[in-house]
Amino acid sequence: MSSPARAEAPAVSRESGRLLRYVDALREAVAQEMEADERVFVLGLDVDDHKGIQGSTLGLQARFGTERIFNTPLSEDAMTGVAIGAAIAGLRPIHVHIRMDFLMLCMNQLVNMAAKMHYMYGGTVTVPLVVRSMIGKSWGQGAQHSQGLYSMFMHVPGLKVVAPSNAHDAKGCLIAAIRDDNPVIFVEHRLLYGTEAFVDEAPFTVEFGKARIAVPGNDITLVGVSNMVVECLRAQELLSEVGISAEVLDPISLVPLDFDTILASARRTGCVLVVDNAWTTCGASAEIIARLAEATSGGDAKPIVMRRMGFAPTTCPTTPALEQTFYPNPATIASAVHSLVRPKAKAWSPAPERAVLAYQRQFRGPF
Amino acid sequence: MPSPAKLTSEDIRRIYRSLRLIRRAEEEIARVYPSDRIKSPVHLSIGQEAVAVGVCDALTGDDVVSGTYRGHATYLAKGGDLNAMMAELFGKVTGCARGKGGSMHLVEMSKNVLGASAVVGTTIPLAVGYALALRREGRGRVAAAFFGDGATEEGVFYESLNFASLHKLPVVFVCENNFYAIHTPLTKRWASEALCGRVANFGIPTHRITDSDVFAIRRIVADAVAEMRQGAGPIFLECHTYRWREHVGPMEDYEAGYRDRNDMETWRATDQLERVGALLDATTRGKINIEIEKEIAAAIEFADQSPFPPPEELHTHVFAGQS
Ligand SMILES: Cc1ncc(C[n+]2csc(CCOP(=O)(O)OP(=O)(O)O)c2C)c(N)n1
Ligand SMILES: [Mg+2]
Repeated sequence: MSSPARAEAPAVSRESGRLLRYVDALREAVAQEMEADERVFVLGLDVDDHKGIQGSTLGLQARFGTERIFNTPLSEDAMTGVAIGAAIAGLRPIHVHIRMDFLMLCMNQLVNMAAKMHYMYGGTVTVPLVVRSMIGKSWGQGAQHSQGLYSMFMHVPGLKVVAPSNAHDAKGCLIAAIRDDNPVIFVEHRLLYGTEAFVDEAPFTVEFGKARIAVPGNDITLVGVSNMVVECLRAQELLSEVGISAEVLDPISLVPLDFDTILASARRTGCVLVVDNAWTTCGASAEIIARLAEATSGGDAKPIVMRRMGFAPTTCPTTPALEQTFYPNPATIASAVHSLVRPKAKAWSPAPERAVLAYQRQFRGPF
Repeated sequence: MPSPAKLTSEDIRRIYRSLRLIRRAEEEIARVYPSDRIKSPVHLSIGQEAVAVGVCDALTGDDVVSGTYRGHATYLAKGGDLNAMMAELFGKVTGCARGKGGSMHLVEMSKNVLGASAVVGTTIPLAVGYALALRREGRGRVAAAFFGDGATEEGVFYESLNFASLHKLPVVFVCENNFYAIHTPLTKRWASEALCGRVANFGIPTHRITDSDVFAIRRIVADAVAEMRQGAGPIFLECHTYRWREHVGPMEDYEAGYRDRNDMETWRATDQLERVGALLDATTRGKINIEIEKEIAAAIEFADQSPFPPPEELHTHVFAGQS
């Protein structure tokens, strides 16, 4: 995947630092924290091979040695337990998985142990663990390499869940996750890896629980999650051409969730579309819409129009013919916005070729 | 290598044909791949065919196999339809999973090829469960579970062995040990090389075949399966083999530096396809080769000509009994 058009790099508030790819921002964050803190270490399948988790761990072993970054056997369940054990002993593990789907093998340790230990041991134990994983998309990733399963973790008190959508936030969130004394599920997206944003070289954190207004607008609040932020930004551009002003919000972290910013925006625009990078049922979009509904039921003079989009309620098919309708895209997002903002107008959809994102078009598999 | 004394010339022809079909089909997949008509990760078995062929040749059509994302060989060796496989890779509705599963999820229930999984180790207990049902059925059928060396590191592998042995289930566990999980060698993953020893501790007879001898694999499985049909429990085969191409994708990757091309050359020197081919007379061999080329060309043509699934297919098959 070569670097995408600069115009499609998600806007971050500041323009300092250098243009950096998402993948390089991840690697820089880990390198800087490993440099600063002896306790930080990395484990996971294939973190030390010549591909280095699509580049995100490349070179780290040469720099920090095999004691601090090492490959594991294919034993995700036990390795999650090992990471938790090391964490309660005072180390700060980063457990890396090349696909989020594989976290299902870690579920028991994450849900029954990591999430609960601080509470059930009365605050005497902390689990400073980071679990990195990547959501795949396209080129036949299919049923078992494409899932955005973070809402399963959102469900469980004690786990933080972050899903940065650009290189700046990837670095800041990863540093924040490493420094956090709680288990953090760190959600990456394969197709974001080549996207660029301005990123400061010096270490910095992006605070969890603080949403970013990526683009301000008045007619609708578009909340995107992970990769869907980028899709929403393109939809926002297309919508502006037909006179619809969309405000694009990036929650960045899902637990904790900056609900106040979402609510304030929704009250102002009177219309919300949440676009998730996952199924809608019991998902992040369901959570956001439910909270909006609760917060605005009864009291608000003018009801807020709400809708969500996400994966089709099916397993992800491999054939491109079906896969392209499985995901929301800038055209379907823009079209949905149009129907929400102008319910009486004739349905509208941008030309499909204008809705294709360069960084996605350029992606060729296999992984 | 032991001489294939007890084999008939028909056996040799059939085994050659199967080895050759898999090799050539995958070489053609690799050739087509850069055209982007196959938008699916492909994990090729080129160099590893003898394991699937040796095992499957000892089974009957009624026996069952389960495989992995590196599953073209298992599928074809068990008699899976080449056209349906090729169409599946091309994402066409005529594929064995209607284009919904791709290369990593080949399936052909009519040939007793259970669907393959891309999550390492997940199909091992499924084969055990299928064998549980076969034992109840009482017709003497058996299930063979194929998996890589990496899969033996998952807890589910040992849990499955224990259960299969405890209940004396008719399972042939087949580890295709190609010494690597993606790019990571065994030495960085196993505390001890004694895989067969680990398995034997569950009370399961083990066989370690280090030269990929297709006839030896076939004989071991044939003998064991004959006993299983009379009620004997599982066996385990550790078959050493070598993946000639990259982990995923159509190319070689020796320049990456994680393994040595010489290792492959050593394996190629005893390539089972060549070995078995040399047992045939030139005319017979040539005739089989020509047939196979035609079949593969026809399969690619079939895949190219077949339609993509219609849009409504996105929503079919989520639940059984709905569509
Ligand atoms: C549970 C799980 N963990 C990690 C992966 C990523 N992965 C895909 S193939 C593979 C290596 C498997 O090696 P092996 O079992 O030896 O099979 P081979 O590919 O060599 O045939 C890994 C780690 C996966 N698919 N599933
Ligand atoms: Mg292997």
